[in-house]
Amino acid sequence: MSWREFYKNRWLYIMLLPGIIYFVIFKYVPMYGIVMAFQDYVPYRGIWESNWVGFKHFERFFSEPQFWMLFRNTFILALYNIIFFFPLPIIVSLMLNEVVTERFKRFVQTLIYVPHFVSWVVVVGVFYMIFTTEGGILNELIFAITGQKIAFLLEPGWFRTMIISQSIWKEVGWGTIIFLAALSGVDTQLYEAARMDGASRWRQLWHITLPAIRSTIIILLILRLGTFLDTGFEQIFLMLTSTNRDVGEVFDTYVYVKGMTQAQYSYSAAVGLFKSVIGLLLVVGANQLAKKCGEEGIY
Amino acid sequence: MKQDRTLGNRLFDYTNHTLLLLLGIVTVLPFIYITAVSFTSPAEVAKGGFILFPKEFSLAAYRYIFSTSTLLNSLWVSIYITVLGTFINLLLTTLMAYPLSRPYLRGRKYIMLGVLFTMLFSGGMIPTYFVVNSLHLTDTLWSLMIPGAISAFNLIVLKNFFQQIPDGLEDAAKIDGCNDVSILFRIVLPLSLPAMATFALFYSVAHWNSFFSAILYINDSDKWPVQVWLREIVILAQSRIGDTSIEEADIQPLTIRMAVIVFSTLPILMVYPFLQKHFAKGALLGSVKG
Repeated sequence: MSWREFYKNRWLYIMLLPGIIYFVIFKYVPMYGIVMAFQDYVPYRGIWESNWVGFKHFERFFSEPQFWMLFRNTFILALYNIIFFFPLPIIVSLMLNEVVTERFKRFVQTLIYVPHFVSWVVVVGVFYMIFTTEGGILNELIFAITGQKIAFLLEPGWFRTMIISQSIWKEVGWGTIIFLAALSGVDTQLYEAARMDGASRWRQLWHITLPAIRSTIIILLILRLGTFLDTGFEQIFLMLTSTNRDVGEVFDTYVYVKGMTQAQYSYSAAVGLFKSVIGLLLVVGANQLAKKCGEEGIY
Repeated sequence: MKQDRTLGNRLFDYTNHTLLLLLGIVTVLPFIYITAVSFTSPAEVAKGGFILFPKEFSLAAYRYIFSTSTLLNSLWVSIYITVLGTFINLLLTTLMAYPLSRPYLRGRKYIMLGVLFTMLFSGGMIPTYFVVNSLHLTDTLWSLMIPGAISAFNLIVLKNFFQQIPDGLEDAAKIDGCNDVSILFRIVLPLSLPAMATFALFYSVAHWNSFFSAILYINDSDKWPVQVWLREIVILAQSRIGDTSIEEADIQPLTIRMAVIVFSTLPILMVYPFLQKHFAKGALLGSVKG
């Protein structure tokens, strides 16, 4: 690049600087900091002076009994998410799409978008207030009917149900936006033609509407697979109690507990790296899969 | 789309409408319930039963909140990081997105690749913590604003948005003697107001709801945002229930816990109706691949 061209665009390069500095310091320096996973990192010595220990922390992690617990918990939550959460925004947007009165449609949309904008703390807090055995409205109701209370929040068996229900309540409405956008692009002439041929509402749905959003569904499913291990860190962190760790602890929360509360920096950095690498492989793999399916992929 | 008024179609419509209405009600009912309880006198709440409208209206819970300096203080912290943080987000994102949207700028591809890679792989919590700590940002409010100053995703969407602005405008402004900075601020930004409003909303909601970065970076409870107190008062207190070693006084009455939820949610719910138009459009903006 010639000096002259650089000078001509000097303002553009100056504008780029703060952003580049930001990405280098807060995104790339931490990537370099990963080397602490291969050290016995001591904060006052820093990365330059700490001792190298090779794969010691990884060996420890893979041989811990917790490894399989974390693996199982992360995997089951991710799987539940895909089975129980993923189809719902599609179903709801198909239902909304069938509504003829624009005002009713907007009214419902306005209501179901709301929880997306509140924090996980509020969502978990609201669930706690409703499901608690100490005066929670749902337990009052169950008690009135059955004479017993259900410890939704303390019983480990309810943990996954609670997590998935919270995700559904918070994000299903918001998740419809992208499908509604895809649906709004469908040519209405197709429906008219189908009706002429005597197609029922169900047949129109099956032969016109669903194929129209097929590629959106596949792309989103693949994106979801790519972030399979991200099980919603804040939410799970908030829902964990001393009683449900056996089913609730996932890779992310384990990194926090080991690193920030027990100061095992190198070990938890190693766990974090393991998760990041698996995550990267999943994204790349899912994208390849998308391209194999004849879709565009995400990059 | 219009459908024939046959019996089957009408049945279909009734069922569909009813189900959607139910869904909408289930979504907002918890908010109504919690708001109603927070305005009800504790005596009435103790009787139990489902409260959708406060029978005995009481401001006791809110009086308690506004008499505690910790909660009011955290309200200011949250407002501060939301306003200043969103400003920083918008400024830095715009400054970086605009040059990257100029097709003739050398090196932009490599910078874009560098940005994209951060979406796929990251150093993780522990190395990031040490970076923030070594910059002496921990225990300052900057730690809640600077480490997340640019969202790679928003940057890419904004860059694509800027690319759609016709080049002719830029050329005309250059002939009139504008440099790139004044083109951005005087011509491009005024044309991008809907996009900026959307990003302002997304960034500010994220700041208002931010909670984990405060847990990670801030020990000083005077600098805790609202969400951290909410967790202390509602969630941690709740999980201590049944723990006999904790004294009763440590756990706030139900009405106060519910009022804290309302207190920390209200600002978002107040701006919601005004911004709804924008974000529906903005979300589309974000979902269109470019």
